[in-house]
Amino acid sequence: MLEPIIPLAVSAYTATSALGHGLEAHRRALEQARTGLRPNDFSLDPLQCWVGRVDDIEQAPLPTPFAAWECRNNRLAWLGLNQDGFLDAVRAARARYGATRVALLMGTSTASIGATEEAYRRLDPDGGFPDDMLRLAIHAPHSLAGFLAEALALEGPCLTVSTACSSSAKVFASAERLIRLGVVDAAVVGGVDTLCESTLFGFNALELVSREPCRPFDRARSGISIGEAAGFALLERVEAAPGAPRLLGYGEASDAHHMSTPHPEGLGAELALRDALARAGLEPSQVDYINLHGTASLKNDEVEAALIGRLFPPTTRASSTKGFTGHTLGAAGIVEGVVALLAIEHGLVPGNLGGGDPDPACGPHFAWRNESRPVGVALSNSFGFGGNNACLAFARAERIA
Amino acid sequence: MSALAVYVEGIGLWSPQLPDFAALRATLAGEAVAPPPARPPAALLPAGERRRAPESVLLAVEVAGQAVTMSGRDAATLPCVFASSHGDQPIMDYMCATLASAPSELSPTRFHNSVHNAPAGYWTIATGCHAPSNAVCAQRASVGAGLLEAASLALADGQPVLLVCSDTAGSGPLTEVTASTAPFGCALVLSPQPGASTLGRLVLHLCPGSIVDAPVVPGVPADWIASSPAAVALPLLALLAQGEGRCRLMAAGSLGMDVHLEERA
Repeated sequence: MLEPIIPLAVSAYTATSALGHGLEAHRRALEQARTGLRPNDFSLDPLQCWVGRVDDIEQAPLPTPFAAWECRNNRLAWLGLNQDGFLDAVRAARARYGATRVALLMGTSTASIGATEEAYRRLDPDGGFPDDMLRLAIHAPHSLAGFLAEALALEGPCLTVSTACSSSAKVFASAERLIRLGVVDAAVVGGVDTLCESTLFGFNALELVSREPCRPFDRARSGISIGEAAGFALLERVEAAPGAPRLLGYGEASDAHHMSTPHPEGLGAELALRDALARAGLEPSQVDYINLHGTASLKNDEVEAALIGRLFPPTTRASSTKGFTGHTLGAAGIVEGVVALLAIEHGLVPGNLGGGDPDPACGPHFAWRNESRPVGVALSNSFGFGGNNACLAFARAERIA
Repeated sequence: MSALAVYVEGIGLWSPQLPDFAALRATLAGEAVAPPPARPPAALLPAGERRRAPESVLLAVEVAGQAVTMSGRDAATLPCVFASSHGDQPIMDYMCATLASAPSELSPTRFHNSVHNAPAGYWTIATGCHAPSNAVCAQRASVGAGLLEAASLALADGQPVLLVCSDTAGSGPLTEVTASTAPFGCALVLSPQPGASTLGRLVLHLCPGSIVDAPVVPGVPADWIASSPAAVALPLLALLAQGEGRCRLMAAGSLGMDVHLEERA
């Protein structure tokens, strides 16, 4: 049986998505129940669908010293880092602990594959990459973490987790282990994924993309809307930031069922949830809010709704926020972790946008509209292809009994 | 930091020259080794899956199966970490080429096989493993970073962990930027405690700074090591074949890791 972990302080956090740049933009959009989705204007041969596109990436080149890392994904990473004083918080941690004592753990599903796609569209007559795309580091999935290590001048452990849509949830688990074992004193965790042809046409080929804005847990839901986002959090021991919200626990588990369909009874998801509760030392009844994976795919939502009904009392409120941001894939774990932290900070349970006609599989737990109530403990679910499941547990510094 | 120490219980290996770990031992002893067939057998996969599975999956499942068999552990209970610098390069090449010419013809199966955690997914499905599974990378430091992730998981949760480090060969125009000329895979079962199947104790120590020199292993051709980002594991595998010694891996872009193998007590 798992022992509860010693909670960590989430001493700084931020998110940038289709809802805007930084925490305040996210809080306002959630409060106003305003979606960030728009008709797809991204791909060269636009698919009829809606996307969660981040504004201003095209006008925000990387600073000259980082020019070798230029690509849409690293631009979004840099844009995200510059919100909410996050860059300064990392610099302070680096000064306090030393550059080798701060880990950098990033989740992404496709990193800068968009740059590789572009190179293939512009191959030289001899069949090779054009000269301006012969930047080796951006054509590997570690591109994001490699860029951030340089941009943040961090020299400790640096790892990319790429487990599809659970990627940037799992980095919290890796960080906790490294801190507990004394390998590092702090960790920058997070993730970035950007719109690209691979995921738009790939999910379309799997017939998982909706033609309309996604409707998580709605009776007539018809698939996902793909989004892009960047999010980051700084984890330290609680003594370093006693007033900050806490990472209470995490859970990870595998479905062992199918590459692109969830286990019909949500076995891996349930194991991850129970694992997170055990590490957090929580009973289900102590959970105030769960930010669901809720992609608006037929199967995920059916399985997840049943899981919540089975494990939690109706006092635990639940919603998906993918109707706001779209499914940000490898960034979903951190973005929705940040939504859980905003719920704690502002006492705001965000309504499940897009669920106007609730699926009867959904129990009384579902918050279909915004609810204003104290949130002491919040979970975030993230499930990915390959049956890869993760769940994070956060809490207010002084948890409400 | 205090050093991390884990016990090796099983070793898997596959490259165009070496069908398993015993073949590396033989090579180091100066014996001739017959090269394996072009496709890793990956006998653990059901026959249908084995026919359809992409190269990255065959390679990872082959070495994972070897290591777990040697350890005597039950694969279904082992948390696993799959490290690969570039994932499945033939699929990446196919995806980028198709997206450049006829995006709406993209194969749904190849798309879901393109995720970096495809080997972890197929492995957990084939073995009925519900334990945590991970898929990681760190550019040219994926082996060392994967070893750090796997060792910290084993020690933090007090249970044995499967580590797989593998990369396919490059394919198409992508090869120019990945510098992977051959496939290479290896796997270790790492336990936090010594046991009946312990082969040796690995002590890991992080040391700031980059490695300047290319790794050299007497008896192993340098071009084997240079052929794949996963083949930087060869110095570590050679230590395991010899029973004791030290080597250095990269754990991150600017972080080295001293690896000390102590002989089995």
